[in-house]
Amino acid sequence: MSGVRVLVGTRKGAFVLTSDGKREAWDINGPFFGGWEVYHVNGSPVDANRLYASQSTGWFGQLIQRSDDGGTTWEPVGNQFQYEGVPGTHQWYDGTPHPWEFARVWHLEPSLSDPDTILAGVEDAGIFRSTDGGKSWQELAGLRGHDTGHSWQPGAGGMCLHTIIVDPSDPDRVFVAISAAGVFRTDDGGRTWRPKNRGLRSGTIPDEDAEVGHCVHRLAMHPSRPNVLYMQKHWDIMRTDDAGESWVEVSGNLPTDFGFAIDVHAHEPETIYVVPIKSDSEHFPPDGKLRVYRSRTGGNEWEPLTNGLPQRNCYVNVLRDAMAVDSMDECGVYFGTTGGQVYASANAGDSWAPVVRDLPAVLSVEVQTLP
Amino acid sequence: MIRVVLPAHLRTLAHVGLEVQVEVTGVPTQRSLLDALEARYPVLQGTIRDPVAQKRRAFVRFFACEDDLSHESPDAPLPDAVVTGAEPFFVIGAMAGG
Repeated sequence: MSGVRVLVGTRKGAFVLTSDGKREAWDINGPFFGGWEVYHVNGSPVDANRLYASQSTGWFGQLIQRSDDGGTTWEPVGNQFQYEGVPGTHQWYDGTPHPWEFARVWHLEPSLSDPDTILAGVEDAGIFRSTDGGKSWQELAGLRGHDTGHSWQPGAGGMCLHTIIVDPSDPDRVFVAISAAGVFRTDDGGRTWRPKNRGLRSGTIPDEDAEVGHCVHRLAMHPSRPNVLYMQKHWDIMRTDDAGESWVEVSGNLPTDFGFAIDVHAHEPETIYVVPIKSDSEHFPPDGKLRVYRSRTGGNEWEPLTNGLPQRNCYVNVLRDAMAVDSMDECGVYFGTTGGQVYASANAGDSWAPVVRDLPAVLSVEVQTLP
Repeated sequence: MIRVVLPAHLRTLAHVGLEVQVEVTGVPTQRSLLDALEARYPVLQGTIRDPVAQKRRAFVRFFACEDDLSHESPDAPLPDAVVTGAEPFFVIGAMAGG
């Protein structure tokens, strides 16, 4: 493998960071789409040059950009995300019915086998699919049409579908997560969906172990074990070993079990990473110390990783889509902050260095390991 | 030809300069002008009007001849000075912070 390409979405544009296998010296390219919010940039697993970016503003709406040369040039493709049928209502913050309104694309998940096929998770929560390279989008309406859809409520960031994970062993099985509805799974390619939230407990909803209504912040899976998923919930780190049928808490000795990002080591399915964040509402690291926590036991036992990270006066956040791992022989771990730093570790988290310090607030980080 | 002045982000998207010229068939109205603009520059579809409802986006306004035409009917004829090309039709993005 020749190197890595880090795809960064920010509040004011996208950036492409590249390095060789050492991951010490970096080229910084961008901003692309300067002035626009870029919630996510992601690359096709089967064509490293095929990238997709979600570009939006409150002024001019949503665009999807596509690159066929690894992010050097971009072309706007489709921007029509039309809910199927009469959209109906969900609950608003105050509990009253509110019409489903498309706001933006939070997450883009390219197919594991076809560079022209891609899923998009949107706000208000829904999932769309394109099979023509992003030119046209069709809703997988069975999700939004689930019996519980009318009861879903937004989290503080909006009612977003922010996580999409396709089972590498079964492309018809897809997991999604919605703030604040919870986890849903389809086993038939997106036609029907079922909540998979048994075991979650959320003290801020009337029925703390309800079927839906949980503020799931992020899911992560190791591709070799598609029945094992890890979750950063609003509070609690959770784990399932049966594809979401039941969840158990593995927060263990973390200083706080609140946070947004979670990811899994590329070669060690029981090694996971989180960034504990203080809440409610502060949303910065406890004690002003930016610490990644690593568990090598699939949760419960956590160690702080601090070498190279600021350990005083640090009050940034790490958002849910802003952590990623590469698959170099020695796994690289990356995360971006709302202060505009992108940190990289070329040794699985043992030590860290900033790739770049002064970008706009980072919304998302993805990594491509280049052939 | 009707002259249209676009905001900076839309000029970047459409790869055009400050002002573009658009030919409108039939009676020039906001709707027919924007239809023609979007036909010539498809990337602008959905950026000025909602792609489904075709309503003007909330942070976009239409000015011409020193008047705010944003709340005119989309089917009202455009001012003569815009139709003749003496005055441009301005698509304005709201000034805002952040």
